[in-house]
Amino acid sequence: MSGGLARPLALHVAVIALLLGLNVVLPDYHHGVMARILVLAIFAMGYNLLFGYVGLLSLGHAMFFAAGLYGAALPVYHLGWGVPAAFGSGIAAGAVLALAIGLLALRTTGVAFMIVTMMFSQVLFLLITYFSRWTRGDEGLVLSQQARSIAIGGTVLDLTNPSNRYLAALALFSIVLLITLAVVRSGHGRVLVAIRENEERTRMLGYNTFASKLAAVVASGTICAAAGAAYVLLFGYAGSTLASVQYSILPLLWVLLGGAATTLGPLVGTVLMYYMIDVASGYTAAYMLIVGLMLIALILYFPKGILGTLRSRWIGWLP
Amino acid sequence: MTPLLVTKGLSRNFGGLKAVETVDFALMPGEIRAVIGPNGAGKTTFVSLVCGRLLPSSGSIQFDGEDITTLPPHLRVRRGIAYTFQITSVFANLSAYDNVALAAQRSLADARAQGGVHAVVAEALDRTGLAARAQAIAGTLSYGHQRLLEVAMGLALKPRLLILDEPTQGLSDSEIDNFVTLVREIARTGTVLLIEHNMQVVMALADRITVMNAGRILAEGTPGQISANEDVQRAYLGTPADG
Repeated sequence: MSGGLARPLALHVAVIALLLGLNVVLPDYHHGVMARILVLAIFAMGYNLLFGYVGLLSLGHAMFFAAGLYGAALPVYHLGWGVPAAFGSGIAAGAVLALAIGLLALRTTGVAFMIVTMMFSQVLFLLITYFSRWTRGDEGLVLSQQARSIAIGGTVLDLTNPSNRYLAALALFSIVLLITLAVVRSGHGRVLVAIRENEERTRMLGYNTFASKLAAVVASGTICAAAGAAYVLLFGYAGSTLASVQYSILPLLWVLLGGAATTLGPLVGTVLMYYMIDVASGYTAAYMLIVGLMLIALILYFPKGILGTLRSRWIGWLP
Repeated sequence: MTPLLVTKGLSRNFGGLKAVETVDFALMPGEIRAVIGPNGAGKTTFVSLVCGRLLPSSGSIQFDGEDITTLPPHLRVRRGIAYTFQITSVFANLSAYDNVALAAQRSLADARAQGGVHAVVAEALDRTGLAARAQAIAGTLSYGHQRLLEVAMGLALKPRLLILDEPTQGLSDSEIDNFVTLVREIARTGTVLLIEHNMQVVMALADRITVMNAGRILAEGTPGQISANEDVQRAYLGTPADG
């Protein structure tokens, strides 16, 4: 963390430029897939902030994604809100939920923290199903094309247009990526890693570790909510499946695959996992078996994930 | 001159065991005080009460005239009490630089240090002779260097009271010599409370010595008075006849 900033910054800008270039060259199908992957990678980055850097393993991050998803979808669907206001309300819903959950769940650590976060997430999932009058349960809410357009002055920005959608996803992804880079390289980032490594020692250096962990939960939850809000506004669908336990496990797998506590790991992991499932399901209905076997191989041979392994073996400056 | 640290009737029980019992203790600013005593005498428990890792069963602690008896440990550190661990507890996966930077960030935030993180870190690593190893991962350092890194972290905190819990344990003779010089230097600007088993180090450094036994203070005085004290000889130093 004490190394130069030039190389990491150049790498991140290059990655963003590459993704921008893909907007022009990608065929239709992959263009849509990559837009979705970028939004899910934001979800993974939010998860990584808490799991990778602070070392808190949550099994309930679907609730923050869902808070953003429904925090944006419900006001659009029922109250006719515009896209910017809905995006804001999605993020706010995630931030408030994360603060409340953090205050309660951070009384625990380790396995208890995993269970408590999972339980809270299940509560939200069941609430979404229970109030199906408003949420339409697993059938879900579908937002119309008209509802997913932003009027700026005289021009209308249509988020259902593939290129606009991709660029909007990339813009949010880039902002979150650069924020993550700034946070993990700051003094605060150093304290978060110190908590992961040895919380007692960090406290004895004069840090209020509870406050730092709470701030990390709120930041992580807010980023995941931003991903959820972007998901519904860009792809027009919010269903209770997206709040299920599967969506708490997925970000964990993406981050583990790409490399926990690396800034670009979440993107790498999400891209690989998404395409792995996509390709495998083309061959067999038992595609999860193939994914499972690959995950076992990963844990056996690359326990630090792809970028984590690269960093420890070859590229030490990788943030 | 008013004492920097005062404890009154300080006690801590673990179940039926009275680890620290009604300890009245005072430490003057600028002093190097050694706390000695046989294993299980309550030395580490006593300093853990001072730095807040443990809360007392009864009694009070004052630091610089302010009652800190129930203050959480991180707020005591912010008032200038630094504790270096008996069992080496550096951040093994971080570089030596980052270890010290964590301490430096804190003292800068609390306005006990001036300048930038880099300057404070460089100074602490320099004073402990670790400057050349700044980028080494702490866990790969030799045991002696890890102990020095602990001290460097303590230094970077710019403490008003530095508590060293058996700092020379596991150090070689030459490392111990350097360490003694270092502690003398620290004491020019701060106060040092030292738990130590190595009597040569104690005699070389301490202005005064407090001897603990079975949770109580057995004797207190200058190194000369303590080595002449018969109670202390019986309890701890061993009489010449015992060899």
